[in-house]
Formats: sequence, C-alpha cells, structure tokens
Amino acid sequence: MSKMPSYTATTNACKLCKPLGASIAFRGIESCVPFLHGSQGCATYMRRYIISHFNEPIDIASSSLGEKNAIYGGGPNLKLGLKNVTTKYAPKLIGVATTCLTETIGDDVPMLLAEYHKEFGGPESPLVVHVSTPSYSGTHMEGFHIAVKAVIEQLAGEAEANDTLNLLSGFVSTADIRYLREVMDDFGITATILPDYSDTLDGPALNDYPLIPEGGTPLAAIKQMGGAIATVELGATLPTETGGTVLQRAHGVKLHRTGMPIGIRATDDFFDLLAELSGKKIPKRHVAARGRLVDSMVDGHKYIFGKRAVVYGEEDLVVGLAGFLAEIGVKPVLCASGGKSGKMAASIAAAIDGLDCDLPVVKEDVDFFDIETMAKELGVDLVIGHSKGYTFARKENLPLIRVGFPIHDRVGGQRILHLGYHGAQALFDLIANTVIDQKQTDSPVGYSYM
Amino acid sequence: MSTQPLLKERTKQIHRKGSAPFELDCNKDSLAGAVSQRACVFCGSRVVLYPIADALHLVHGPIGCAVYTWDIRGALSSGPELHRLSFSTDLQELDVIFGGEKKLAKALDELIDLHQPKAAFVYSTCIVGLIGDDLEAVCKKTSAEKGIPVLPVQSEGLKGNKRAGYEAACHAMGRLVGTGDIAGISKHSINILGDFNLAGEIWLIREYFQRIGIEVVANITGDGRIADIQRSHGAALNVVQCSGSTMDLANMMKKRFGIPAVRVSYFGVEDMAEALYTVARHFGEPEMMEKARRVVKEELETLLPELARYKKALSGKKAAIYVGGAFKAFSLVKAFRLIGMDVVMVGSQTGTKEDYAELAEITDQGTIIVDDANPLELSSFLKEKDVDLFVGGVKERPIAYKLGVAFCDHNHERKEMLAGFQGMLNFAREVYGSVMSPVWKFVPRRIQEKKL
Repeated sequence: MSKMPSYTATTNACKLCKPLGASIAFRGIESCVPFLHGSQGCATYMRRYIISHFNEPIDIASSSLGEKNAIYGGGPNLKLGLKNVTTKYAPKLIGVATTCLTETIGDDVPMLLAEYHKEFGGPESPLVVHVSTPSYSGTHMEGFHIAVKAVIEQLAGEAEANDTLNLLSGFVSTADIRYLREVMDDFGITATILPDYSDTLDGPALNDYPLIPEGGTPLAAIKQMGGAIATVELGATLPTETGGTVLQRAHGVKLHRTGMPIGIRATDDFFDLLAELSGKKIPKRHVAARGRLVDSMVDGHKYIFGKRAVVYGEEDLVVGLAGFLAEIGVKPVLCASGGKSGKMAASIAAAIDGLDCDLPVVKEDVDFFDIETMAKELGVDLVIGHSKGYTFARKENLPLIRVGFPIHDRVGGQRILHLGYHGAQALFDLIANTVIDQKQTDSPVGYSYM
Repeated sequence: MSTQPLLKERTKQIHRKGSAPFELDCNKDSLAGAVSQRACVFCGSRVVLYPIADALHLVHGPIGCAVYTWDIRGALSSGPELHRLSFSTDLQELDVIFGGEKKLAKALDELIDLHQPKAAFVYSTCIVGLIGDDLEAVCKKTSAEKGIPVLPVQSEGLKGNKRAGYEAACHAMGRLVGTGDIAGISKHSINILGDFNLAGEIWLIREYFQRIGIEVVANITGDGRIADIQRSHGAALNVVQCSGSTMDLANMMKKRFGIPAVRVSYFGVEDMAEALYTVARHFGEPEMMEKARRVVKEELETLLPELARYKKALSGKKAAIYVGGAFKAFSLVKAFRLIGMDVVMVGSQTGTKEDYAELAEITDQGTIIVDDANPLELSSFLKEKDVDLFVGGVKERPIAYKLGVAFCDHNHERKEMLAGFQGMLNFAREVYGSVMSPVWKFVPRRIQEKKL
C-alpha cells in the first residue's frame, strides 16, 4: 500500500471532543446535571449532537462565558451557573467539565469550587464533581473515561467490604447497558454499573418534562464502590489510569480488565470472568444463546466468507468488532479510529489471533479523508461503523452496517445491541442479511430462496 | 428541596399578551446555568456561510467546533459540494502553547491545492481569540500565494451570541462584494439574501422571480457561489429574508454601492405573495406587477383547494413556535392562521425589541412571547397551553416528543421544502401528518385525560 499523504488539516473527523464524552458519562449518574465551564456554544452543540443520536432530551448547563470573563476569569460565571442549576434542577450532583476556553485562560476549577462551597454550600447543596477536559487534547473517549475516573476519585470514599461488583462498561449503547444488567441479574451478581444512562438517555414517554430524568448509577452505590469484591473494566485500549485503577490503588479493589464482549471469544472471556468472580456457572439462558449463535453462524457462513470490511470508530468498539468479524469469516482489512491510544494494533492482533485472518491495516489518529483513501485502495465490500461513514459508503455504493455512536440517520440508533452472545447474534444476522440483500438486489433475475 | 423552573432573572424575557402593556427584554447574554437553546458566535457565522458551495470552509480551532457542524444544514447545491466537508486545523496542546499560525498556513496551503476552491473562509474559534493567532495576516499571505480570496471570519465563540456571528459572516462576505465584473446585468435584477436553499427552496424562489421578469444575480447564501457574490453589487435591489442574518451585508451594500434593500419572507401564502409584490413595486413597472399577480393567482388556484382540506382537520388545534430568528416566527404565525390553528406560544433565540413588539401585535390574547428560552420553560409552556404541535429545531424536538406533543422541524436540518407556495402546502401536509398521527392516543398525557 502506498504511503498516505499526511495532511495537516483534519477532514471529516472520526472523533469528537473531550467534554462530550464527559457529558454523557455524567448523564449516567443519578440526579446529575452535566455542566460545561466554557462558552455557551459548546454545550448547545454537544446537546444537539447527542440528541440526534439518542432522540432524547439532554440538558447540559453552561457557564456561558463571554469576552470579559476570558480576561477576568470565569469564576463568577461558574458560581452563578452552579447556583442557577441548583435552584432550577435541584440535582444531587453537578458534573463540571472544562473546555478549551477555560483551560486556556487558566481557571483553577478545584479552587473555585472550594470557594463556591464555602460561600453557598449548605446541607442541601448538590455534590460537585469536576474534570479537566480541554478539547485540544484527546477525544471524547478520554473525556468519558476521565469523567468516570473523576466521579470515583471524588465520590467513592472508604466503604465497608460488600458483595457488589463494580462494572465500568465504557461507552456502550443503552441497549448494551440493559443487557449487562440482565447478565448480572442472571448471575445473581449485585453490580454497580458506572455510568448507567440506559434510562436517562433512553426513557419512556412522559406526562411531565423531568427536571432530571430518572435512572443513572445511584450515588449511594458509587460511595460504596471502594468496598466491592472486584472491578471489571471493559475495553482493550483503556488509558493507563482509569476508575478501575483508582479503586484498586486507593481501596484495594481488585481490577479485572477484559475487552468489550463483542463476538464469541470476547464474550466467552467476559462470562468466564463473571463465573469466576461469582462462583457460579454460566446461566443456561446464555449457554443457549451461545449455542444458537454458533448454529446461526453455520447456517449463514457461506454468504459472508471472505468479504472485506472497513471498521472505524472508537478504538475499543473497533477492536471488539474486528475480533467478531474474524470469527465469522469476514476480513477486517482496515481498522481505523480518530483516537490514538497506541494500543489498537496489538489489541486487534490479539483479538483475531488463531482465526486464519491476516492482520488488517490498523490506523489510529485518522479522519474520514484518510479512511476513504485507504479503504478505496484496499478494496472493501462492507463499511462498518457509525453513521458518519455514510458519505463514503454512499459514494462507493457500499452497504453501511451502523453500529456505535453516533447514529444520526436512523431511528433506534441508541438501542442497537452490540454486546454478548445476544449482541453478536443481532450483528451476525444484520451483516449476513445485508450481504444477501445486496446480492439479491444486484441479481438480474431476482430470487426468492437464498 | 423545591425547584424553580423559572429563574427570577428570566421573567423579563417572557410576556403574556394582554397581561400587561408589552415589554420584553432581549438581545442579552444567556444566563449562566440556564441551559439556553442558543449556540455561539461561531455558530452564527458558520450557518450563514455554510451554503457557499464552491468555497473551502476551514475551522481554525479544536476538533469539536468543526465536527459538530459537519454537514448540518440541508442546504443544497446545484453543483460543487465542497461545503459539505468538514475541515479543521484540529488544534492540539502544543499549538495552543506555541500558536497555531503555522499550522493554519500549512493546512490552507494543502487544502487549497487539493480542492481548488474559489475562495476560502477561515473561522476563528474561542481559543484562537485567546492565543492571539493573527488570522488576518495568514489569510492575506495565503491569498497572495494562491490567487484566491482567503477571508478570515472573526467568529470567536465567546464574543457574544449568534447575532455577532452573523455580523462576522457578513463582514467576510463584504470583502468579496465589488470585486467581480458586473457587465450585462439587467436593470431588473436582485440578490436573494437570507435564504439558505434548505431542501431546494431557493430554486423555487428564483423561479418565481424569473417568472415576473427578474434576473437573480447572487444567492446569498443558499446554493451560493463566490463569483456571484463578487458581482452582486451589480444588482439593482437586495431582497433580504430572515431576521438579520444577512441584513448587515445589505446595509453595507447600501452604503458602499447605493443598493436599496427590502425585507421579505417566503414562508406562508401571504408573505410569499407580498414578497413578489414588494419587489415588483420597487421596480415600478406595471407589467411586472401584473405578472406577479398572475403568478400568485396561478399558484393559489391549485394551492387553496388543497389547503382547505387540511384546514378542516386542523381547525382549533394549538401550536407553539420557537425558532432562531423572529422573522420566521411572523410568517409562521400567519401560516398557522391560514390552516386554522391557534398560536399559543411564540419565541426566538435572537429576536430584537422591534421583532417582539410585532409578534405582540399579530398574536392573539394570552399568547406567550419568549426570548432565549430553555428546555424547562419551553416544556412548562407546552403543558400550560396544552399544545398540539410544536415548531422548532433539533434541540426542541425531544422536549416535544418526551411530552407526547407533535413536532415539526423548521430549522436548518430539515429536508422538506417549506418556502414558497408549494412550501406552504408541504408545511400543511407535514403539520397534518404530525398532528393527526394515532400515536398521540397512546402518550401519557392523553391517556391520563381519558382516565379523568
């Protein structure tokens, strides 16, 4: 493959900015209002972006800084904003994330918050968690993980030993979180899933607009995380320091990291880990689901074997999908992300190991301009990722399998299940049927049996 | 702890018609912590310039500003589609420390070579304002090297609200105006300002104007082209739509080139007809006015019978409006009246005192008029007025849907043509399809009503 021209500008980015990830993580905590310390536009743009995926309201407050504040400091606006959010929403927690603006003017947020608590704090005041998320370094995934870590650092205190399990599931879909909850229930494990936006970003129709939607990881549970039996953290490309490492170091909670349970082998690892931690056998329902998945893969293998796919998006999702595609005989020829953990290539190599699958081209820190150029050169049959790949898929007349975030051009994007045997089943059927559909459509005569 | 959905500081930006003499505060900075529906200066500039299809639009800043505005408008182009790509200098920590000018210059150099645009707009963001990159200098140098206009857009997000962004965009376009050849332009010629060709609307509007014998010189900015803007000073009249997003440009052209401007709206039957009449009146040619009347008559002949059907079904239903600019709200109030619906709430992000005074004038008693609202206020108004349909943009949609209220998108992401006579019919159809759906029988608020 020829060398990529390395352009200075980013064209059609395959990443989002840090405060967006933090906002979503904060949204997954009970009675929490995400709050961006920066100019009004950041909060509004991110709300719009998140709304278009989840089809759900999300209020993100802002300190709405203006020019004067940039010169004299954003402190007064931050305090006023916190006061107003408290008056209006009566939250139990406000999650403050900074932006490039406030990081650059050098606002000392911990100090400002200490002042705020002194000036306005009372027994009924909400807790405030803060996290530093300058948009000029890292992606929304760093923002997500660092917010989870901040919540744990700042809220999980000393706790008595209890029999709960901490599950830090990463940036997965609302359907994935609900599925993980079911898996825990099936194992009889009491789990603290952090964050849990399965209700707050995918709730029912209501009669009253909720100030803050119900659901989210309970604050009481977060406070007890330090006493849990263990922490399970999902993801193969996680930062070195995470909520899980904090719990291990500060509270001695043993940390188990395992890749996103996408596909058979990664899910096997996940279930084996849960079996070990709970001392119970894998529940029948899931054994059966695995059996059906393998059976269906036998039924459908012919139609998809050897197809070539480009997979892009968040690194952990891409690693998981690459492993799954290799399992079903689809070749992930290009795996790409706007993130740059430095861990993606090795993680993918491990995920596809032993499946007679050539190592794909793995690219971190790329945009859609790069992805398109490389995919065209490599030749692909399938485009797999979020909806921003649509432009490319359409241009090249390739089918787009929508997974991950964001999905801005379909209903139900937030309800796509990726995880576990059930998720793999849904993905397998979708991929196989997409290929079958295309062959059927392209056929000059059409046919009514496969 | 009790909550207080309406913050004290916000009460002066809400008025109930008939409750007191009209008075409303507006054009204020958004209140910290209020969760305003507004965006920023950058947003204002970006939405105005976005549809110029043969220009390179480079966002100089961290990635967020560019990625959240990638392909966000349904602004169609009849030719090039360069505007649909999202370019960013994707500033990193080191750029913030050492300055981003070099990176910007290099990015421009490469992108201009690759895409061969007719001009480039370089948008400044919050952080660029802080680190003090000299956009002007970089743009000037690049422009000289590449031989195309390279225009800085001073749209630092923190400089104010969306309105300041409109000004920055107009300022940038103003530097293009007057640089093209105006030979051969008809004396009956206009520029269309403030239509963004959402779902192809400007094509429809241009056709109406052509039918009454008018040449359109430049679309500003829907389906816009750099060369057209450069010769737009050759037009005899600027026809300006929208609440001031392009008014600054019209004012500037009046000052520099003596081109008069008229304000119009293409939404709704009355305003569309009035737009054609206004232009015909300006040129003072009886024949043109006659043609305008004919166009209106022809269009209405097919439109009115169809509208009548919808009116029958929709009569007495209640509508709420919350849009970016107040000018659109005027037309929507009238459009709803035409299909028999009552407007019970109307508001905007960026209306002026005069705008709100006019809204107070044309609405019914008891109508809520609001400036710079937020989700909690909007949802409380929807409930209080038991609204059947809410018209707004993407950020308002989930508020309506969550409460089981029908919704129509009248913002820049929509895919339905709503301008012109044809657009009025589409609008009625969409309203009908939204309000009459059986889904509302299942939402909690209607179920509870039944139980009562």
